[in-house]
Amino acid sequence: MGMTITEKILAAHAGVKQVEPGQLITAKVDIAMGNDVTAPLAIEVFRKAGATRVFDADRVTLVLSHFVPTKDILAADMCTTIRRFAREQGLTYFYEEGKGGIEHVLLPEEGVVVPGDVVIGADSHTCTYGALNMFSTGVGSTDLAAVMLTGECWLRVPETMKFIYTGKPGKWIVGKDLILRTIGDIGVDGALYRAMEFTGEAVAHLSMSDRFTMTNMVQEAGGKNGVMEADDKTRHYAEARCKRPPRYVSADPDAKYCDVREYDISTLEPLVAFPHLPSNIKPLSAVGKVEIDKVFIGSCTNGKLEDMRVAAQIMKGKKVHPYVRVIVIPATQGVYREALKEGLIEIFIEAGATVSAATCGPCLGGHMGVLGKGERCVSTSNRNFVGRMGHPESETFLVNPAVAAASAVLGRIAHPDEVQ
Amino acid sequence: MEPRVKGRVILFGDNINTDVIIHARHLRTIDPAELAEHAFEVLGDEYPQKLRQFDILVAGENFGCGSAREQAASCLVGAGLKAVVASSFARTFFRNAINTGLPIVECPPVRGAVQEGEEVEIDFARGTVTTPKGTFTFPGLPPSVMEILAVGGLVPYLKRKFATAGAPPPRAG
Repeated sequence: MGMTITEKILAAHAGVKQVEPGQLITAKVDIAMGNDVTAPLAIEVFRKAGATRVFDADRVTLVLSHFVPTKDILAADMCTTIRRFAREQGLTYFYEEGKGGIEHVLLPEEGVVVPGDVVIGADSHTCTYGALNMFSTGVGSTDLAAVMLTGECWLRVPETMKFIYTGKPGKWIVGKDLILRTIGDIGVDGALYRAMEFTGEAVAHLSMSDRFTMTNMVQEAGGKNGVMEADDKTRHYAEARCKRPPRYVSADPDAKYCDVREYDISTLEPLVAFPHLPSNIKPLSAVGKVEIDKVFIGSCTNGKLEDMRVAAQIMKGKKVHPYVRVIVIPATQGVYREALKEGLIEIFIEAGATVSAATCGPCLGGHMGVLGKGERCVSTSNRNFVGRMGHPESETFLVNPAVAAASAVLGRIAHPDEVQ
Repeated sequence: MEPRVKGRVILFGDNINTDVIIHARHLRTIDPAELAEHAFEVLGDEYPQKLRQFDILVAGENFGCGSAREQAASCLVGAGLKAVVASSFARTFFRNAINTGLPIVECPPVRGAVQEGEEVEIDFARGTVTTPKGTFTFPGLPPSVMEILAVGGLVPYLKRKFATAGAPPPRAG
């Protein structure tokens, strides 16, 4: 019987020829990942279990991302715990404050995660890497501890949903709009426990950056992992970076899908997810006048170089609306450096935006631009739950980077064409 | 793990996300008791105290969606909750609950059959939840997952496994 991409990767890592949805397997893990909010607990659990060495120092990666530059004493202490552990274990891929960034942009950029891999990360947006033709999923700290110790993880083989996107994306339509459209259709639990496979000519049009945005938000539909076939863009991206040889995996022609959905995106407008669920979408033309206080351009969803480019293109020569504050956060130091070279950072500063060092910061209401009572924010991030970015009475509207930049200039949720 | 759990119910709705259960700003500690002091405080300052007056949390669909933070499960343990019954769970919360030894039950009819403060009883061996409006059955967890829960979580499970099998050999590149 034919298998999907997800089933094939899991079978290969469980050492069996065939797996079926629902089956419990123990999979060998290629990369185990933790960050500054999940790794300290994993390290404590690791030690409590009596462990002394990680299974492979090349395959456990720790990234300081959420509360860096350290926001307070407690956060600093948690980073110290990780730093000491990384040195003690001799971890090859430990990313220090100032030398890394947000793991979900950083690890593909650095080539640490490779097509064909099984990646288990203690962060829900670990599902991002699947755009690069691999299986990756988020777990909690105890799970991470077990993987750091054994190099293995128990997994239930998910059923796969297939999403086919047809038509050519319009001028301002990017990966963010495709995934918001999908979550709006199936709901925040529409892919619960399932794999989401994205395909179709519209996906082929998208850059790797936009494809990562799509798999990034699989978690917002309840999905276990998001995955895409490899094409020339995938190969080009992987071969320029990957630290290990890629093993591309494609679905069998007779693979079984529990659901197949098709979206014609040729007429799709940019979308806005209203508070307080990512599924609560409206096309831009139906939004009306929504005045805003704040704009955040960044996060693992839309803090990549291409996102910076499109935002800068719109803000170039313009000023941020007098009643609005804007924070731009390149997701990694690499993105920051390139944005600086291309003159994008100067455009943001000239426009009146704050530009910060790489951090998850405001996306999770952690630091660097937390929302106060009643504040309304347009954000390129991934979640708009009650209180996510700060005060329980603040509001977050999720959009693509072009809409965020246009809104920053006009002081209300706006279409990029209104500025350009 | 207790074969049976009985107690008063605290009730929640659908899509209760991890930012509501324990907001990211409190993820600077890993102590369940300290975390419990902030559990559900997004819903009101009285919630962390309120939670302690109940034994079993009952919710609707997709409980624990959002982040993979294990603190969302461990703060409930810290608050003294003995089990969570929901119509469905987000997969990350599901794993975290099992790994931290917090018993969970997926049983959709329960949400509509209880009022807050009423008493229910969960029988894990029989796979039943008894409410004032009747008894409902739920499918048991797979045996290999039950094994983890039965010994109190993934750490005791691994300890046991290694005590009998010896430490795992290092794996080559």
